[in-house]
Amino acid sequence: MNLTLHVWRQKDVATPGQMVRYDAPNVSEHMSFLEMLDVVNEGLILKGDEPIAFEHDCREGICGSCGFMINGIAHGGFKNTTVCQLHMRHFEDGDEVFIEPWRATAFPVMKDLIVDRSAFDRIIASGGYVSVSTGSAPDGNALPIRKQDSDLAMDAAACIGCGACVASCPNAAAALFTGAKISHLAHLPQGQPERKERSLRMVRQMNAELFGNCTNIGECEATCPKGIPIEVIASMNGDFLAASWQERPPVEIAGAG
Amino acid sequence: MASAALDSKLHRTLRFYEATNGKKTVMALTGAALWGFVIIHLLGNLQVFLGPDKLDKYGEALRATGALLWVARGGLLLCVVLHITAALQLMALKAKARPQPYVKKVATTSTYASRTMYWSGPVILGFIIFHLMHFTWGVPGIHPDFVDGAVHANLVKGLSQPLAAVLYLTAMSMLLFHLYHGIWSMFQTMGLSHPRYTPLVKKAAAGIAIALAGGNIAIVVSVLLGIVK
Ligand code: HEM
Ligand code: SF4
Ligand code: FES
Repeated sequence: MNLTLHVWRQKDVATPGQMVRYDAPNVSEHMSFLEMLDVVNEGLILKGDEPIAFEHDCREGICGSCGFMINGIAHGGFKNTTVCQLHMRHFEDGDEVFIEPWRATAFPVMKDLIVDRSAFDRIIASGGYVSVSTGSAPDGNALPIRKQDSDLAMDAAACIGCGACVASCPNAAAALFTGAKISHLAHLPQGQPERKERSLRMVRQMNAELFGNCTNIGECEATCPKGIPIEVIASMNGDFLAASWQERPPVEIAGAG
Repeated sequence: MASAALDSKLHRTLRFYEATNGKKTVMALTGAALWGFVIIHLLGNLQVFLGPDKLDKYGEALRATGALLWVARGGLLLCVVLHITAALQLMALKAKARPQPYVKKVATTSTYASRTMYWSGPVILGFIIFHLMHFTWGVPGIHPDFVDGAVHANLVKGLSQPLAAVLYLTAMSMLLFHLYHGIWSMFQTMGLSHPRYTPLVKKAAAGIAIALAGGNIAIVVSVLLGIVK
């Protein structure tokens, strides 16, 4: 099949970009979307042009490196599918395909389709950790975890940090991502000691990165390649409320000991 | 990027409000109070169907509560001010969070109501101001023939103006959307979500929003059709 691509080209973070039209001839329906771009890029390189820059690593939907908007929908809008797992059989001969990077102040465009997502790393660093004792390995079954909680924690932990939720959100909010990270640890016994501070720190870091405010629109859930439900956002909201209620000024001298 | 200080010196209430989650909570609580007002306001107005003197007596009874009425008015005004202040701040953040729009962006599963909260809200605010000028203060030029205390007659005369009736109908449709998304969103904001009950909450929110807007619309339409005279 033959496609017409409209791709966002941008030299670097400081230079404004624009949409550029490319022909993608002889696309095989067996290719993945990224393989289709690889072929287009080979053509560009042969012509002496700069290839289209995009992020990718595992190409099996698990690392979270890839992702951009296809025809106005993050990852192209196929259920639980990253762009690396999106196959060209979903397209038809003659289709026009618009390809754009995620757009958010917190995700500056570095080049073409690549955005800087280190804001996500800083959100995780602000509270997405647990305290563990070092030393001898703990007994594997010493810490009982309710089945339902372990399931919910694992579901939330499926988030690969791709950023599609921010990209899809009309508010450019990072509530689904942050909610997934908070909810993941909130369901585990290991996550309890830091649970209160975690929600306060991560929400405030999310605000400091200039992500927008969630108004429960739900586009994030619909385009998340890992099917993270917005229930995790409610869970984050609940934790933040409880933690804010209980937050108190630090005391100079601790009572005990 | 600045990292968020956990131990700033702000008062804890201010620190709570400083976060987007704090503003959302204020919107949810004030929104809930305003929703309560819409219910009571409609129940009061539906007495228009019970005969001409019912509404006048109801108006009299409300005024007779004296100080209590002013407390309620003050509380509602406070809710409106808090709700709108938070909305404006969050709207400004929205503009800052994505200054460059997409060349192409398609909405997938989200509702029209959810995407237009920052539109339906201001429409309702504009309507509230018009509504007060129309039926509470009876501003000449806005209301054709306002007589203090003649609630029923004021309502019938006021709604018989076609332009005013259209304004009421438009505002009520926007209220329907705002309340539909607002009511279920409130639960989510307060941390209440459950795979079994949230779909029911959404259905109930739709039903309640339709009933509230529909009740008000029924009054306007009944006056236009001459059922209420
Ligand atoms: C200028 C006026 C207004 C603006 C800009 C506005 C805007 C908003 C916005 C942006 C939300 C948040 C939606 C979300 O988080 O999902 C909201 C929620 C809500 N609004 Fe308004 N609104 C306005 C007036 C009103 C009025 C007059 C009422 C009462 C009839 C009302 C009732 C509600 C309710 C019940 C909610 C739910 C709270 C929540 O979502 O957590 N709003 N409004
Ligand atoms: S919540 Fe989903 S869409 Fe958002 S970063 Fe994680 S995997 Fe990607
Ligand atoms: S390249 Fe790893 S998820 Fe797509």
